[in-house]
Amino acid sequence: MRLKSLQLYTEDPAEEFAVSGHRACQGCAEILALRLALKVFGKDTILCMATGCMEIISTPLPTTAWTLPWIHVAFENAASVASGVEAGIKILMDKGKIAKKDIHVVAIAGDGGTSDIGLQALSGALERGHKFTYICVDNEAYMNTGIQRSSSTPYGAMTTTSPPGKKSIGQATWKKNMPEIVAAHNVPYVATACPSYPFDLFAKVKKAKMVQGPSYLHVLSVCPTGWRIPSNQAIEYGKLAVRTGMFPLYEIEDGICRVTYSPEPLRPVTEYLKGQGRYRHLTEESTSLIQERITSEWEQLKYRCTVK
Amino acid sequence: MKVLKGIEVSIAAADAAKLARVEVIAAYPITPQTHIVEHLAELVANGELDASYINVESEHSAMSACCGSSAAGARTFTSTSSQGMELMHEILFIASAMRLPIVMAAVNRALSAPLSIWGDHGDVMASRDTGWIMLFCENGQEVVDSTILAFRIAEDRRVLLPVMVNLDGFSLSHVIEPIDFPTQKEVDEFLPAYDPLYTLHPDKPVTMGAYGMPEIYTEAKYAQETALVNSKVVIKEVLAEYGKKFGRNYNIVESYNTENADVVFVALGAIGENIKTAIDTLKEQGKEAGLVSLRLFRPFPVDEVASALGNKKRVVVIERVMPAGAPNGPLFQELSAVALARGFKGELTNYIVGLGGRDVLPQDFEAVFEEISSGNPAIPHDGKNFRVIGVRA
Ligand SMILES: Cc1ncc(C[n+]2csc(CCOP(=O)(O)OP(=O)(O)O)c2C)c(N)n1
Ligand code: SF4
Repeated sequence: MRLKSLQLYTEDPAEEFAVSGHRACQGCAEILALRLALKVFGKDTILCMATGCMEIISTPLPTTAWTLPWIHVAFENAASVASGVEAGIKILMDKGKIAKKDIHVVAIAGDGGTSDIGLQALSGALERGHKFTYICVDNEAYMNTGIQRSSSTPYGAMTTTSPPGKKSIGQATWKKNMPEIVAAHNVPYVATACPSYPFDLFAKVKKAKMVQGPSYLHVLSVCPTGWRIPSNQAIEYGKLAVRTGMFPLYEIEDGICRVTYSPEPLRPVTEYLKGQGRYRHLTEESTSLIQERITSEWEQLKYRCTVK
Repeated sequence: MKVLKGIEVSIAAADAAKLARVEVIAAYPITPQTHIVEHLAELVANGELDASYINVESEHSAMSACCGSSAAGARTFTSTSSQGMELMHEILFIASAMRLPIVMAAVNRALSAPLSIWGDHGDVMASRDTGWIMLFCENGQEVVDSTILAFRIAEDRRVLLPVMVNLDGFSLSHVIEPIDFPTQKEVDEFLPAYDPLYTLHPDKPVTMGAYGMPEIYTEAKYAQETALVNSKVVIKEVLAEYGKKFGRNYNIVESYNTENADVVFVALGAIGENIKTAIDTLKEQGKEAGLVSLRLFRPFPVDEVASALGNKKRVVVIERVMPAGAPNGPLFQELSAVALARGFKGELTNYIVGLGGRDVLPQDFEAVFEEISSGNPAIPHDGKNFRVIGVRA
């Protein structure tokens, strides 16, 4: 990491809030995404985390990998726990029971804890306008329980509950568009990010932190274990996801959409799919179906956004 | 002289929460609890209560947000009933295991299906092992007093557990009763500001809600159980202090006319008042029946119940919940366990009454008394170990 450049975004670039000793798999981009994001959020942050990989790898009693105040309550409620924390510290400050200070509340959940079971709690918290940032660390399946499909699992991917077989292609539905669902709540800031593009991630975290209301970051977090790739390839696959248009980087600020990094000309999706064990079974036919869909989604996004 | 205020009990419960100076309320409406959360919303909207009111989108989130605000160090209140309590169910366990001193008014109501908005104890009995301290109230005055003292109990450093104040739906929540409200000054003296042990704050970061490997889970649960069982001592202390200060003395187990009675009813909640009326009528006829009413249900007051029953010959357990395939209703099972553990020799009989808001009158209990006294109560209906009052063929 170029610490000098990181200085732009953080108070102390050397400070770590997700510290060593956690039990994440080698090459896990999910913990990397959080480690980087927390550097920008800084020390006056309270974390509310859903059940999932990040909780399990970081807090086996009596240890913890978090140097920030951190709370986990359950799987589906990171957003509502954050609502309570935010309301709690605010009223205590208003009453002068704790000193006034700019404390940022961050809710963190996986794609399952966000796009499936936690969607209602998230929607409620967004609608109520709490000042908090919600980070969805999207590794495209329920990894903590052993690689089951979520509504964020991409079409064609193999998981243990969407196995390919004679009558199945694997995941038979297309990835749920979570950022758009959040954007439909008219929250001030929504962005996608990926730790393979750390400075784009920093810039977005910084914006999310400044927002006087809810902000949402959807972070593609490559999971070597679940994607069946070598553990030294996480950064590479994150890049490929962006460069093929599988995971475009964009932000929606006060309703204005902007692609933050244009990978045009897009690389063929096969470059991304090949090499991942979860797509090994795909035929040429299904690969071209994916290509068509990704190309058209990219065109739609460009139409909606100004490309900068 | 004290001036009593005629007021709907739900509204009184909300006013009691206000007197307790709650700081965060996260709640979701469900009949028959609605008036409590509506009145609290009004109090906050009018600036009469300086609290944050979170209009959550479900009870699951209500309890989750309560966990968050309580962990942040704010005095936290909510209220629910029936399906709402079941939707909270998952988080009820977590609130208690995380030792968060939330107070909840549980306006007891039947569970679906069939959908019923009316009162019984289906909801609370399904939640009885969630690790919460559970108080039951017979009347509106108890609801007000319990709501205030619940915070004292919950926030005591020796306890740090959530407390559920149970009141029967409609038959208690919606009646207008004369209530003696303590003044704000009196409540402030009795209930100091919440001084949490640990909070979520960047100046002193802590990790809350970590996960426990098999090496530690048993010990964690044992510690929680110990805290819950030991809370009884604190509950007694707080009740005694409340009695001294406000002149209303409560015991965790109350006995009514039990001295000379061979037949003793055991019950929870507002139904106790109907039973007392029956007892009074019987007494006029020269017949002696008594009531043992449990104000505290969790932790279960084993010794107090055993000594209240003493050497009574016949004990009639009255419950407002269907046993659901169990040999008996939950309260009966607890009493059987107490009898086993403490050597109680009397005969226990189980009656199920008032399900889904069905009226139960004092006359019904007079009839139960006659049935029991006539000596044939051991014969259950339809091969069951319990009898259901008023069930039609
Ligand atoms: C109510 C409930 N249902 C199911 C589970 C089991 N569970 C724990 S984590 C998890 C999946 C987490 O997946 P995701 O949110 O995508 O996060 P990841 O582990 O992939 O980072 C599941 C199904 C649970 N803890 N609670
Ligand atoms: S399973 Fe995947 S997301 Fe979970 S810790 Fe391992 S690499 Fe990270």
